[in-house]
Amino acid sequence: MGQIKLNQVTKAYGDVEVIPPLDLTIEDGEFTVFVGPSGCGKSTLLRMIAGLEDLTSGKVAIDGADATNTPPAKRGLAMVFQSYALYPHMSVRKNIAFPMKMAGIDPEEQNRRIEAAAKALNLTDYIDRRPGQLSGGQRQRVAIGRAIVREPSAFLFDEPLSNLDAALRVGMRLEICEMHERLKTTMIYVTHDQVEAMTMADKIVVLQAGVIEQVGSPLELYHSPRNVFVAGFIGSPKMNLIEGEEAAKLDAHTIGIRPEHIDVTATDGIWQGKVAVAEHLGSDTFFHIHETGLAETITVRAPGEVSFRHGDTIHLTPRHDQIHRFDARGLRIE
Amino acid sequence: MARAVTQNRKIINTVAAWTVGLLIFFPILWTILTSFKTEATAIADPPVFLAFDWTLENYSVVLERSNYMRFLWNSVIIAGGSTILGIIIAVPAAWSMAFVPGKRTKDILLWMLSTKMLPAVGVLYPIYLIFIKMGLLDSRTGLVIVLMLMNLPIIVWMLYTYFREIPGEILEAARMDGAGLKEEILYVLTPMAIPGIASTLLLNFILAWNEAFWTLNLTAAKAAPLTAFIASYSSPEGLFYAKLSAASTMAIAPILILGWFSQKQLVSGLTFGAVK
Repeated sequence: MGQIKLNQVTKAYGDVEVIPPLDLTIEDGEFTVFVGPSGCGKSTLLRMIAGLEDLTSGKVAIDGADATNTPPAKRGLAMVFQSYALYPHMSVRKNIAFPMKMAGIDPEEQNRRIEAAAKALNLTDYIDRRPGQLSGGQRQRVAIGRAIVREPSAFLFDEPLSNLDAALRVGMRLEICEMHERLKTTMIYVTHDQVEAMTMADKIVVLQAGVIEQVGSPLELYHSPRNVFVAGFIGSPKMNLIEGEEAAKLDAHTIGIRPEHIDVTATDGIWQGKVAVAEHLGSDTFFHIHETGLAETITVRAPGEVSFRHGDTIHLTPRHDQIHRFDARGLRIE
Repeated sequence: MARAVTQNRKIINTVAAWTVGLLIFFPILWTILTSFKTEATAIADPPVFLAFDWTLENYSVVLERSNYMRFLWNSVIIAGGSTILGIIIAVPAAWSMAFVPGKRTKDILLWMLSTKMLPAVGVLYPIYLIFIKMGLLDSRTGLVIVLMLMNLPIIVWMLYTYFREIPGEILEAARMDGAGLKEEILYVLTPMAIPGIASTLLLNFILAWNEAFWTLNLTAAKAAPLTAFIASYSSPEGLFYAKLSAASTMAIAPILILGWFSQKQLVSGLTFGAVK
């Protein structure tokens, strides 16, 4: 079991309210990702769930029981930190054993779980090393191992992959997803990387300035962003947002069109501009187009290799059924 | 940018360092040399440096006249006891100041330090009276308490500095792993702070060992440590430089040896946190 419910929780430092009243329910077994720009309060929210940060007001319930004033040690949650936060004076084995030692689990059972975790996380060869003798990826595995063995009701991840290099990050991302498939335990994952959010989550919570902008599945957020912020934040490259005359034609204040929903040709289209930068990735080609009269830059993603170069004139045709419309307050018009 | 160090500069630096080192060490060296002289050579004018008849007579006289081992044992108990008691009190205090600081933590730290600026003699009278009332005069217990209190601000400050260097996330991880406050301090914080705690122990042991004001004023015969042992040789009946030097050498020898073997630890401890 691992349902987590936040009821009207707030957090203020002195007079500065970083999280205005917020409600959120995370269902048992769900993989929920908190995503948002730096300083949006996502880590604070996670730490409030963990009990590492006091609530200014409101309630946190874990599995239906009020945990607002329960110390972190008694909440039955496990956390993986961005800095790994391993105990530098203990071997990998002792690091993984620590939560079980605290829980008073008998040594034989401890060993059984350590062996199982080490095997699952490819740590068997390093089990007697100290964290200082491990690479970043191995350290993160130890941190995950330490979280798994206590069989928590939920895992909390605070940007666990941001200290790893790009290749390792993709690998660890898959491992965490597989772990979720295997354990079916509730996971809350904080990241500022929307690619991580899109690829891992059952449910994404988009936060800005402590406010939940939208909660939904990755594809819901991609196809029906509730407002301009979510539209611009989810998706890579970012959605093109166009205001003015072109938006007014569609009875909107702002229209949004994703780079992959614009077709390019050399001869005719609805809009035209000049290629400022062309990024040839082989699988795709990204064009950053200036002088369209729509926005400073329009980004287009064309599948495969398309051979426009810097300075070429290019014609653009947005797919009409993929245009998102927003009103003057930035809210979606259906 | 790294500066190139020329050969000449290296020589000048080495000579300067040795000069300063020898200047600082000279009084100790002179005391040690004098302890091997006769009383007559000790006061000879001009002073004799090395060309004298070396003798161990002063040591045998000193050992005969007073019970060195009793003073030494008192010093060990008083310096060791006050340091350990200080650490036991200071670890939780420094923990709370480093990891859950309040609005007034900085003020409390400064206030604690400010007590070190008060001349000790200013509180001699009240402490003396309290000691009489409580029957602590000339007792090791009394000295352990008073020296612990005198050094507590330094112990707290040093530990506070070390603890601040320990990433808070590691302690938070311990909390998430189910550790209560006691387990967090015992299993995580203390082992990580061992180098810091060791150099704090060492420095405070030395400070307590060398402390003379309180040990001379609050002891007579029973609890007198080595400082009192030295003082007993500077008598108004006439100065016996050679014997005084022998007593001094015997009093400082244990701490000098301890300091010599732990100098690396001590220096790294004192400069800990100076460079991130």
